[in-house]
Amino acid sequence: MTPINEALGDYSELFMLLAALTYTVAFLAFTADLMRARKLPTVTTAPAHTLEPASAAAAGTGTGAPGIRWSHGGSHPTETGPNTTDHTGIGYTPLRRPAARIAVAVSIVGLIIHLAGVITRGVAAARVPWGNMYEFTTTGAMLVMAVFLISLIFQDLRFLGTLITGLTLIMLMAGAIAYPTPVTQLIPALQSYWLIIHVSIAVLASAIFTLTFSLSVLQLIKTRYQKRAKDPESAGFLRLVPAPAALEQLAYRLNGIGFIFWTFTLMAGAIWAEAAWGRYWGWDTKEVWTFVIWVIYAGYLHARATRGWEGTRAAWLSITGYLCVIFNFTIVNVYFSGLHSYSGL
Amino acid sequence: MASSAKAKTPPVSLTAVEMLRWAWRQLTSMRTALQLLLLLAVAAVPGSLFPQRPANPAVVTQYLVDNPEVGPWLDRFQFFDVYSSVWFSAIYLLLFISLIGCVIPRAAVYWKHMRSQPPITPRRLSRMPQYGTLLLPSSDIDPEVAVQDAAVLLRRRGYRVQLRDIETASPSVAAERGYLKEAGNLLFHVSLIGVLIAVAVGGLFGYRGQKLVIEDEGFTNTEIAYDSFFPGTNFDTDWLVPFSLTLDDFDVTFDRRETNYGNPIDFTGSMTVQERPGVEPRNETLRVNEPIGFGGTNVYLIGNGYAPVVTVRDGNGNIAYQGPVPALPQDATYNSTIVIKAPDAQPDQLGFVGFFLPTAVVDENGVAFGSDPDPFNPQLNLNSYYGDLGLNDGTPRNVYQLDTTNLTQLNGRNTSDGGIVLGAYQTYDLPQGKGSITFDGLKRYVALDIIFDPGKTMALISTSLALIGLVATLCIPRRRAWVRATENADGQTLVEYALLARGKDHGLDKEALKIGGLLTTHWSASYDRNQHEKAGSRQ
Repeated sequence: MTPINEALGDYSELFMLLAALTYTVAFLAFTADLMRARKLPTVTTAPAHTLEPASAAAAGTGTGAPGIRWSHGGSHPTETGPNTTDHTGIGYTPLRRPAARIAVAVSIVGLIIHLAGVITRGVAAARVPWGNMYEFTTTGAMLVMAVFLISLIFQDLRFLGTLITGLTLIMLMAGAIAYPTPVTQLIPALQSYWLIIHVSIAVLASAIFTLTFSLSVLQLIKTRYQKRAKDPESAGFLRLVPAPAALEQLAYRLNGIGFIFWTFTLMAGAIWAEAAWGRYWGWDTKEVWTFVIWVIYAGYLHARATRGWEGTRAAWLSITGYLCVIFNFTIVNVYFSGLHSYSGL
Repeated sequence: MASSAKAKTPPVSLTAVEMLRWAWRQLTSMRTALQLLLLLAVAAVPGSLFPQRPANPAVVTQYLVDNPEVGPWLDRFQFFDVYSSVWFSAIYLLLFISLIGCVIPRAAVYWKHMRSQPPITPRRLSRMPQYGTLLLPSSDIDPEVAVQDAAVLLRRRGYRVQLRDIETASPSVAAERGYLKEAGNLLFHVSLIGVLIAVAVGGLFGYRGQKLVIEDEGFTNTEIAYDSFFPGTNFDTDWLVPFSLTLDDFDVTFDRRETNYGNPIDFTGSMTVQERPGVEPRNETLRVNEPIGFGGTNVYLIGNGYAPVVTVRDGNGNIAYQGPVPALPQDATYNSTIVIKAPDAQPDQLGFVGFFLPTAVVDENGVAFGSDPDPFNPQLNLNSYYGDLGLNDGTPRNVYQLDTTNLTQLNGRNTSDGGIVLGAYQTYDLPQGKGSITFDGLKRYVALDIIFDPGKTMALISTSLALIGLVATLCIPRRRAWVRATENADGQTLVEYALLARGKDHGLDKEALKIGGLLTTHWSASYDRNQHEKAGSRQ
């Protein structure tokens, strides 16, 4: 067996602490950005990138030479009514948001430090860094940040920054305070390559669900606000938060991906269970809750196609699903007896 | 899944057939499916809150003893057999019926849709969510060539295309893609039925058995050799694969670093196995997560423990029992309970009950406790009994429990002379000349689960197909595209293109731009080529 490198393990913990401190700065900057938004001039959440065809091919725009003239109309008003822009997506606006820029930059630095912490932990233990509760939480928190920052490339989700950095901080703190575990070798039951596959995808799915949970929470808050407010333009710190319909659509897309990963988690878990315990499904407490979560998100996907269930109700399902993920991870792992008692506590 | 049910309440007067039809429509509606799904999630939860008979029958019995008020009521409502209970079964069976009732009509619709051509080109393409125009310079590409070019391009992008109104002044091409989205949806739901069937097959035609094997001992796969045997409803014991195995050695490694002291890091069983009588035996290694397979029947390492080797002599000085006795570990340091029975002892049968400690340490109160899972100072702490062990009347007895109703205690921790404390190789003479007990040595044993599940492969295939279907249905967009070309007053060709998404589609604008761009590139390339040729011919 490869020996444990305890000095490296200590460095890992130091990296985690530094990452948490960096995220704290990012958290403050994201919050400042939201607060500052109250004073910004009125802008709609219309996507900034206009759908202009590239002019490269339109050779002969001059008067003499006849070339090809291409014009693209882009989005036309459809049945969605005047708020069409809210439905098309959550794109970047030309709005200047220095605090948000700083927050993203600091978050990226935090993620790099965090990654260093996770990698050194793995190297120290000479295995994948997800073998006990401490490692699930720290690696999970890293994936939450990574998924969030990667999605920023495609969509302007910086309004989620406060929630996401906040949740990441809570996860890191929970890991350090509630589940501190020294670097150890794996117990025989976990010595399987399925640990790499099953747990990594489970943690990734959970990270995606963290993002959709934040979206659904904001969707509910914004819906509630819009119902009450007389002037929807003066939305306070909710100004930067897109319309509920846009949030819902994004949450739906992400939940779809999360559901695929969760289905895979369930499958990989079943295959591993077959190898370890001789049966692919045995209603062990952890299996029960993984199944419950799967069914809830399946319900969510169906809800979006059921009249009377879209919108607020679907958002509640998404939130319930995430709360079950948290419950499954914390309470079930620690307090419920079952075959999955690997929490390392 | 299914189309929304229009009638929420049944019409006033209904015949039985109409009533059935109404009920069927309700059951197969999306709303009902959703409610059943959520109900299923809720119904699954009690199984994690209360002990379950299939997994832990002993814990259920204890729960009933500890909760005499609530326990029987919970039992009445099958809260200890949640996953085979009437209510849980009702929910999932209704859900599957609803699923079937939804998949069949959808499959029929899909079958028609698969064979249909893309829809006709709308008259006003500019009303579509995505719309663009290309104005081609005169004389190069006439409308018919333009739509044919567009058709080739769309087909290359995965669209099913059909040319329309070719002979007219405004020919067009209609295109549709994403047919696999619905196929994925259907595949996913049908595969779930496959999973259910696979589970049923396993339950009907498989079996599960448990066997404890001590080092240097063996096991032959026959029904009577099992410690416990749970055949499926339709399992025939003739199907048992006639393999045999012997545990040559069982090796356990504990972590000796300070931070993780005493935690197990490796269990390895060295086995000699024989596929069937008459074939060459071979060596195999049995580890956690690495079962040994015999033609569909797998042997799994589920647990392990110590089996102290003892010799019990009776009052007449004869050996009444000699051999290893498995002790059941109670905690991570392998402090174990042990029961030794010597039914052959004369004049009285002898029984012992107590603890086995791999590394015994005596605390300040004089109580021995185990401090390490490795056998550094193995010790037996026993109380002894004589009398009738109750083994002669044919009633099945648990070998790990001593029924003391017809026994008289000889000594024990609670008696004046104290209980039996035996270190390695020590002998203890029992009071009243009843005999003696010697701690001769120590072996390890493995607890094996031996399982045959013929539904396993089907379950794996079904879930894999479900996953493929799920990815297809969630990731493939359904889109329609049209391209129409006309000649304007200046003799130029005006190409219009439009796109429409079926369902939510965030990437439609990008797709439209891509198509517009590809058309432009295509035609500007051929325009340039033409210009070049013209220039060449002039020279």
